[in-house]
Amino acid sequence: MSPREIFALRDYLGPELKGRTISDAQRIVSLTDILEHSCLAGRLEELSGRSVLLAVADQLISGLVMTELDGVARRMLLCPPDLKADHLQSLMQDAEIDAVVTDHPAQWEGANSKLVVYAQPPAKAAIKARTERATEWLMLTSGTSGAPKIVGHTLEGLTGAIVADGPARGGAAVWATFYDIRRYGGLQIFLRAIIGGGSMVLSNPGEALADHVARLQARGVTHISGTPSHWRKLLMSGAAKGFAPRYVRLSGEIADQAVLDGLRAAFRDASVGHAYASTEAGVGFAVNDGREGFPAALLGIHDGVEMKVEEGSLRIRSTRTAHAYIGRQAAALTDVEGFVDTGDMVELRGGRYHFVGRRGGIINIGGLKVHPEEIEAVINRQPEVRMSRAKSRRSPITGAVVVADVILADGDDAGRGDEIRARILAGCKASLAPHKVPAVIKFVPSLEITAAGKLARHDA
Amino acid sequence: MSVRLKILAAIRQVAVEQKVTLPPLDDALSLHETGFDSLAFAILVARLEDDLGIDPFTMSEDATFPLTIGDFIRAYENVPA
Repeated sequence: MSPREIFALRDYLGPELKGRTISDAQRIVSLTDILEHSCLAGRLEELSGRSVLLAVADQLISGLVMTELDGVARRMLLCPPDLKADHLQSLMQDAEIDAVVTDHPAQWEGANSKLVVYAQPPAKAAIKARTERATEWLMLTSGTSGAPKIVGHTLEGLTGAIVADGPARGGAAVWATFYDIRRYGGLQIFLRAIIGGGSMVLSNPGEALADHVARLQARGVTHISGTPSHWRKLLMSGAAKGFAPRYVRLSGEIADQAVLDGLRAAFRDASVGHAYASTEAGVGFAVNDGREGFPAALLGIHDGVEMKVEEGSLRIRSTRTAHAYIGRQAAALTDVEGFVDTGDMVELRGGRYHFVGRRGGIINIGGLKVHPEEIEAVINRQPEVRMSRAKSRRSPITGAVVVADVILADGDDAGRGDEIRARILAGCKASLAPHKVPAVIKFVPSLEITAAGKLARHDA
Repeated sequence: MSVRLKILAAIRQVAVEQKVTLPPLDDALSLHETGFDSLAFAILVARLEDDLGIDPFTMSEDATFPLTIGDFIRAYENVPA
């Protein structure tokens, strides 16, 4: 190991495990002898102690560079592929970036006083890298509105839940995720693959879902995660047929009963569960009983994670949370007691907390507050519905009304629109206050999903 | 279906959903007497906007909300397509 027992990703990439790979749609790279290779063409040493922007478009190379930089760079800022260029300058200043690793070096020509290192597919390296320090991992919030925030993590915090869970049951795991690994949900899976001695199959931007699933099958994926929106899209596509992972996880959005039941029906032999995690709060907990929400008994301290509900929102304190927002005008990430306010609103019903929506996502209907997610969960309970989105529409009479766009599970049902609409309305009336019942229900062929895999909410 | 018939059908549909018993719908009936509350009217106007492509009450700044069924229907009929 390294000085002061600092552990780094390279400690998990020894040659003793055979047959480990990381792959995307184009390439399969062996992880077994990866320590003898480098994507940085002998320039890793120059990055020692630097604050590095990881601006690598290629997800596979980006993942490999993370394993090289960890323990060498002072900090590395992971850029998700959809990061807007106009945010970059100020993010780099906030993170005190003095070096850039990129697979598009031409874009960085003339980057004043920054060291620019070209990242390429791995090639045999002359020198083996050594762990020198604990690298700070900087991630960006998905920032649905405004500029993303920089969140500081340590590898120890990022992997807290992975170490606590222990190795994957049932032999070497092949991990996959619909997320990009530069996002918290995707990075968790990448780290599980690296630390757990498994393999990793990456998503590919723009790849057709059926091709993606065929690739997951061909590479023998056993463990896979995504947002409920990712999974609903998969269920809708019919491409899941024949794909038989043994571990299916949801995170990043509210997992309602409908999507959990849909996945259980589609993957009969898999363990289907949802996890609570966020870029700021880290991994909170996992729910594996197949039901939406989480048992109230999870509040308090469990496995080093302390949770409470205050003013309706879930608060988390643990060593897995980020340690700070980074930047010149960065706000405090935790309250004085060290709790992160997740901004996720919960409601206690029958001994179980149910997620009702984001604090910032409330829509205002005639002065009454409504969480769109709460309405969607009720609509999604109808067996004919695969996915829905509730939003507000201005109204000359009440100021606003709720309207819902609905995707049917079976496109052939469109002819039964009136009947299904009546059933959705009846279901909403039975479980929701009158102002939350959609005034208009429209059947649509698709709903926009953000680059982070979440249902796009422009009005939130 | 004419605009008038579409509107009357939509009123009846909302009435069923909102469990409102409508009196006979004639042009002189005041909207107040329909038994619709503001939410029911908001639903009706939103549906008609999708169905007819217009919301005459938001389109013009000085739109006043009609008083009778006849006024209500005319508000839609008088909007240039």
